[in-house]
Amino acid sequence: MKIRAQIAMVLNLDKCIGCHTCSVTCKQVWTSRQGMEYAWFNNVETKPGIGYPKDWENQERWQGGWRRKKNGKIVPKQGGKLTILAKIFANPALPEIDDYYEPFTFDYEHLQKAPELETAPVARPLSLVSGRPMEKIEWGPNWEEILGGEFSKRSQDYNFEAVQKDIYGQFENTFMMYLPRLCEHCLNPACVASCPSGSIYKREEDGIVLIDQDKCRGWRMCVSGCPYKKIYYNWTSGKAEKCIFCYPRIEAGQPTVCSETCVGRIRYLGVFLYDADGIEAAASVEDEQDLYEAQLKLFLDANDPEVARQAAADGVPDNWIEAARRSPVYKMAVDWKIAFPLHPEYRTLPMVWYVPPLSPIQSHANAGAIETVGEIPDVKSLRIPVRYLANLLTAGAEAPIVSALERLLAMRTHYRQRQLGESDGMAVLEQVGLSLAEVQEMHRYLAIANYEDRFVIPTSHKETAEDAYGMKGACGFSFGNGCDAGEPHSSLFGGQMGRRKLTPIRPLDT
Amino acid sequence: MPQTRTPDAHFFVEARYNGTKVVAVTPDYAEVSKLSDLWLHPKQGTDSALAMALGHVVLKEFFLDRQVPYFEDYTRRYTDLPMLVRLRQEGGRYVPDRYVRQSDLKGAPKSSSADWKTVALSEASGDPTVPRGSMGYRWPKGNEPEGHWNLEEKDGETGEEVRLTLSTITNRDDVVPVAYPYFGGQLNPRFTENDQGGDVLVRRVPVRRLSLADGETLVATVFDLLCGHYGVDRGLDDPATAKSYEDDVPYTPAWQQTITGVPAAQAIQVAREFANNAEKTKGRSMVIIGAGINHWYHQDMTYRGVINLLMMCGTIGRSGGGWAHYVGQEALRPLAGWMTLAFARDWVRPVRQMNGTSFFYAHSDQWRYEKIDATELLSPLADPSRYPASMIDFNVKAERMGWLPSAPQLESNSLTLVREAEKSRKTPAEFVAGGLKAGTLKLSCEDPDNPINFPRNLFIWRSNLFGSSGKGHEYFLKHFLGTRNGLQGKDLGETDGVKPQEVVWRDAAPEGKLDLVVTLDFRMSSSCLYSDIVLPTATWYEKNDLNTTDMHTFVHPLSAAVDPVWESKSDWETYKAIAKRFSELAQGHLGIERDLVLSPIKHDTPGELAQPLDVKDWKKGECEPIPGVTAPQVSVVERDYPNTYKRFTALGPLIDKLGNEEKGVEWETLEEVEALAGLNHRVTEPGVTEGRPRLDTDIDAAETILCLAPETNGKVAVKGWAALGEKTGRDHTHLAKPREDERIRFRDIQAQPRKVITTHTWSGIQSEEQTYNAGYLNVTELIPWRTLTGRQQFYQDHQWMRDFGEGFALYRPPVDTRTVNDMLGKRSNGEKEIVLNFITPHQKWGIHSTYTENLIMLTLSRGGPIVWISEIDAKAAGIVDNDWVELFNINGAIAVRAVVSQRVQQGMCLMYHAQEKIVNVPGSQITGQRGGIHNSVTRTLLKPTHMIGGYAQLSYSFNYYGTVGSNRDEFVIVRKLNEIKWLDHSNPVDPAHQQEPAQ
Repeated sequence: MKIRAQIAMVLNLDKCIGCHTCSVTCKQVWTSRQGMEYAWFNNVETKPGIGYPKDWENQERWQGGWRRKKNGKIVPKQGGKLTILAKIFANPALPEIDDYYEPFTFDYEHLQKAPELETAPVARPLSLVSGRPMEKIEWGPNWEEILGGEFSKRSQDYNFEAVQKDIYGQFENTFMMYLPRLCEHCLNPACVASCPSGSIYKREEDGIVLIDQDKCRGWRMCVSGCPYKKIYYNWTSGKAEKCIFCYPRIEAGQPTVCSETCVGRIRYLGVFLYDADGIEAAASVEDEQDLYEAQLKLFLDANDPEVARQAAADGVPDNWIEAARRSPVYKMAVDWKIAFPLHPEYRTLPMVWYVPPLSPIQSHANAGAIETVGEIPDVKSLRIPVRYLANLLTAGAEAPIVSALERLLAMRTHYRQRQLGESDGMAVLEQVGLSLAEVQEMHRYLAIANYEDRFVIPTSHKETAEDAYGMKGACGFSFGNGCDAGEPHSSLFGGQMGRRKLTPIRPLDT
Repeated sequence: MPQTRTPDAHFFVEARYNGTKVVAVTPDYAEVSKLSDLWLHPKQGTDSALAMALGHVVLKEFFLDRQVPYFEDYTRRYTDLPMLVRLRQEGGRYVPDRYVRQSDLKGAPKSSSADWKTVALSEASGDPTVPRGSMGYRWPKGNEPEGHWNLEEKDGETGEEVRLTLSTITNRDDVVPVAYPYFGGQLNPRFTENDQGGDVLVRRVPVRRLSLADGETLVATVFDLLCGHYGVDRGLDDPATAKSYEDDVPYTPAWQQTITGVPAAQAIQVAREFANNAEKTKGRSMVIIGAGINHWYHQDMTYRGVINLLMMCGTIGRSGGGWAHYVGQEALRPLAGWMTLAFARDWVRPVRQMNGTSFFYAHSDQWRYEKIDATELLSPLADPSRYPASMIDFNVKAERMGWLPSAPQLESNSLTLVREAEKSRKTPAEFVAGGLKAGTLKLSCEDPDNPINFPRNLFIWRSNLFGSSGKGHEYFLKHFLGTRNGLQGKDLGETDGVKPQEVVWRDAAPEGKLDLVVTLDFRMSSSCLYSDIVLPTATWYEKNDLNTTDMHTFVHPLSAAVDPVWESKSDWETYKAIAKRFSELAQGHLGIERDLVLSPIKHDTPGELAQPLDVKDWKKGECEPIPGVTAPQVSVVERDYPNTYKRFTALGPLIDKLGNEEKGVEWETLEEVEALAGLNHRVTEPGVTEGRPRLDTDIDAAETILCLAPETNGKVAVKGWAALGEKTGRDHTHLAKPREDERIRFRDIQAQPRKVITTHTWSGIQSEEQTYNAGYLNVTELIPWRTLTGRQQFYQDHQWMRDFGEGFALYRPPVDTRTVNDMLGKRSNGEKEIVLNFITPHQKWGIHSTYTENLIMLTLSRGGPIVWISEIDAKAAGIVDNDWVELFNINGAIAVRAVVSQRVQQGMCLMYHAQEKIVNVPGSQITGQRGGIHNSVTRTLLKPTHMIGGYAQLSYSFNYYGTVGSNRDEFVIVRKLNEIKWLDHSNPVDPAHQQEPAQ
């Protein structure tokens, strides 16, 4: 047992309103520059759909994530070290720009500079890659927005596996959900394993996965390695980039930009204490549907004094252990079991989890009476097929999804019954195995969803990483290379401090 | 709602976790459906049919089968259900006429206010009683007492407690057949009619016989008439009522299913649960509805049908229930402060205002192409000979009767008119009235195509008239601007159509009426492209200003984080600069002038008691033109043109002299003016503004608004409540007294947005216990609704309302705009043509047209204007997702790409507004011009009932009641665009393609 801590995220898809604020703010802050126009660290997809990049969930095609060999060991699906080296100059599973989309802008200036014309001027699209006019825009990062595009195309969606999907293309049976997604900052990242240069690393102190831009050589094996396709190739710098989980903010105890700006208030950030020694075994369990449970077992209860003691011994700071005790993501994933990993079958042990969405009753279910199970509607009569959600979140296991949806419904029913004075609402809680205290806490976190409850982020201990004292008073002066440590490296004439004799001074504090 | 009220949507989503159940009513699987428990998808435009069926169920199960004390009590006290309505005999049946008035009763006082007091029956005595709170009590005449304008359950005359009778069924004098108009059988080729064998429904209604001043008259309560109208059975041996919900009888659930497609079982279930919930929680059932309804011609039927349901269930005014009308932030909170500044009420009163829809309808000459015969809209029970056929004739009537404003007003110069009046030794009002009657003075609205009546200078500000809001875009281009356009239709002269009678017809349609178009904007909108001059304006972070809405609690600042770039200026500085230069140029041309101003009869003034019992048009000789009663108000305003700039930059003395007012309540402002003089300092320059408080900077202006408005100045709030209390006879000051000392200043809100103070201007409260919701104060403080009855009304008894069949809310199918058939199949490009209803919801990727060209928004959308089509319709037309398509009718044409989606209901297309035509729009094969904006296939449609004025709540006021630019009744032809021309320098417009009107 070696305990580490990670800041993880949960998104409540039931509350997502599809406003895309998260995508916009992330792009404004991190990827509004040449080479990264087409790259959205955070994007929001409408489901059912093939998403961005196209068909990313089809690992038969894209070879992302891990696979389990017959001997019980796991290996990146695109291949082990030797295989990767063999393909290093011609990666067959690499998405091209058209799998994302050709980024564009418009000839806005024409509107101001157009000569006198026979009709009103218009700004035509220009490719941001070639700089040339585009005759027609054919794709974008959000092409399937609110079910845009024929069902025959969108239903290539991998999550329809084992679902009788034909009827869902009919107007009457329409269903829809939004899936905002970003880098999962996995416990068992396939990207780290795929990089020939070893430039990708997972931070010990908070689990954030980063690409060292100095070491990256642009091999792009990480792009195919990641099953979520959340590593992007910067076509100007020639290197790979990914979501950095806003680590400068996280280190300061602030939420990620996407989380803080989320208008729907669907995102939660909190600490998981996890057993790093158990990662390989968890990712290697034989049955895909056991991966979810196996990963759950890696998460440790910070309220357990044994865990706290071991964590401290393993170097987890006190304020992190305390934060883990109040972690909203732990509550949703472990206590209430309403949050699930995205595509656990990729075996990367992802750390951005999701609460599945409720949906309206199917029309034919409501033609007469609504089917109920005890006190609540039958979740099978909701529009989004349970199997679809299970394919998305539990490798196809329906029972945990049913339980989560029933708990959401039970919470609603409990409060409704009390509001209407119909009953004390306890029977419905018993039905789903929730105590009164639990449903009240669920309500606090999901309905009231205060800022302080959604984001429980301990600050990092910078003092363990560097000596900050020497930096005081220095920042602001630049000697040609940004914010410097304060020591001038060149003299008035551009050379070194040169032949000046410097009196040695015993450094008191450096 | 998540799409258009994004910041608030999470509250709605979270309310579900509190136990709220949600039903989404939307013809397509819109975003809100995803967040709901049930999705009802009535066919677009038929919502009122569904609303009627919901009301039918609630009336039956919660008012007739059994009585719910909370519902009865609520409707008795807060709605017009107990009020008596006269029945007019016509042959063997009766027709609901107007409300009984106090003046109808024998021995009534001779005061004119008696005409405006409605009558009910006392439950105890069975006799007529005149309850308090009606409009006649709001404006007492002579030495009638103040303080009776309230909703206390008291007789207006005696002050005795009285409980009003809801229904006379248990002690009726008779049961008679009553006739109601029925429009559900009307033929509209693209909507399903439900033929009931005629356009009149006859139902049996219990009545009382009263001996009124003009004879024996049968009367019924609104409640009894309502039950008859909804067709619920009351055991009166009526073959025409519904015996079960399965009967195809208006307005049962089964009946609505034939029209809307919503299964009857769903309608029944929703109605029951809605009412049940309201019963258990005393009114916490809510309907959230948006201004998209305003896009339909018969919008008021949908609104009123829904509001009926809300009234029946006692929800309005209840925190957590009622009517949550989600419409834009253009309305603002500190109204009295803003109105003072915006309309210079500190220098001149009254101000000239104009309702945009009528203005543009007339001046863009859309009236010349009108295809709708107004008499087709009349109730079958009305006398069509009383009404003109042309829409613009109604507008002219409304203008001359003082109902709607006019712009321009009179054909003669308003400055010279005052001098002429003086020479004639008449008062201006006499002079105008006499001149109008004699015909020597003409209203401009009677001859809009006369060059002397053209609008000449247009300033577009905070608006995108030519790229977003102007319905009938191509008409604007042709007649207003006189530029190349895509209009396909011919006018009434060319088609030999029926021409208006009240308006001069000139055969040559004028083109290019405007001399000067100036637009202030920070983006190169379509309006800017069509302007002569563009004044670049500062954006939100480059200026100081206030940001408030009537829908949220807080007052926010805009603060200048950076200076405006290049030549752009804030709006305040721009107009100030114009005022300065104008003042300099005015010297020698204009001095101190007296200006004759016409204004319509205003709501919330005593004038709104204009014509109580019928409608008389002085032009037809039916009465004398009396300014402010049967004709527009006449005023003389003094203008000091060379001192315009000085007046702009100082708070004027009229505010000291006349005080301020809002919604019919007045108060003096001396202390506030003094405070502003201290805060903003006084003008020291000699001249007409010396000593007055300054209005130099934008912050001065913000402070002025904050200081004068009760919402941001506790003392003013208390003054306002005290003044209202004089009228209601009740003390409301407790609502603001705890915050009396608060004066919110600009620096305050820069530090932190502040919550507004509760004022009489709004009907909700700012409280830590109750959420803000409309109607709250009416219900708890017993302040009347500002309507004729003083209560919420199921019935509208104005002559025009009844004659257009809208006394009660009912289902009216969308109107046939007749813009498709002349083009269908006539201009083929070889592609299959289909016809779809053109629906225009509010887009996600812009706030109307703002942000529409923003690159991130375009990237997250489809990179340019799009239209949504169902999979079925697309297949029929051979259209595949992302194909270029053309949408057209005789109004014009659009060229965009298609988004094919299963979530769109067959038979309609969605073009979200407003996507402009400045990005990624090719040429239209139909017009040979650049494809148009979404309003290129629409035109302005006027509805006569929206023109009513001088009648209590149906009276003009700024941004309040008036004609509405509806457009969703429009249909378009959709087909693939098979030749893409960009029409830039490389391939210009084909000159042979100039404006060929449809054959």
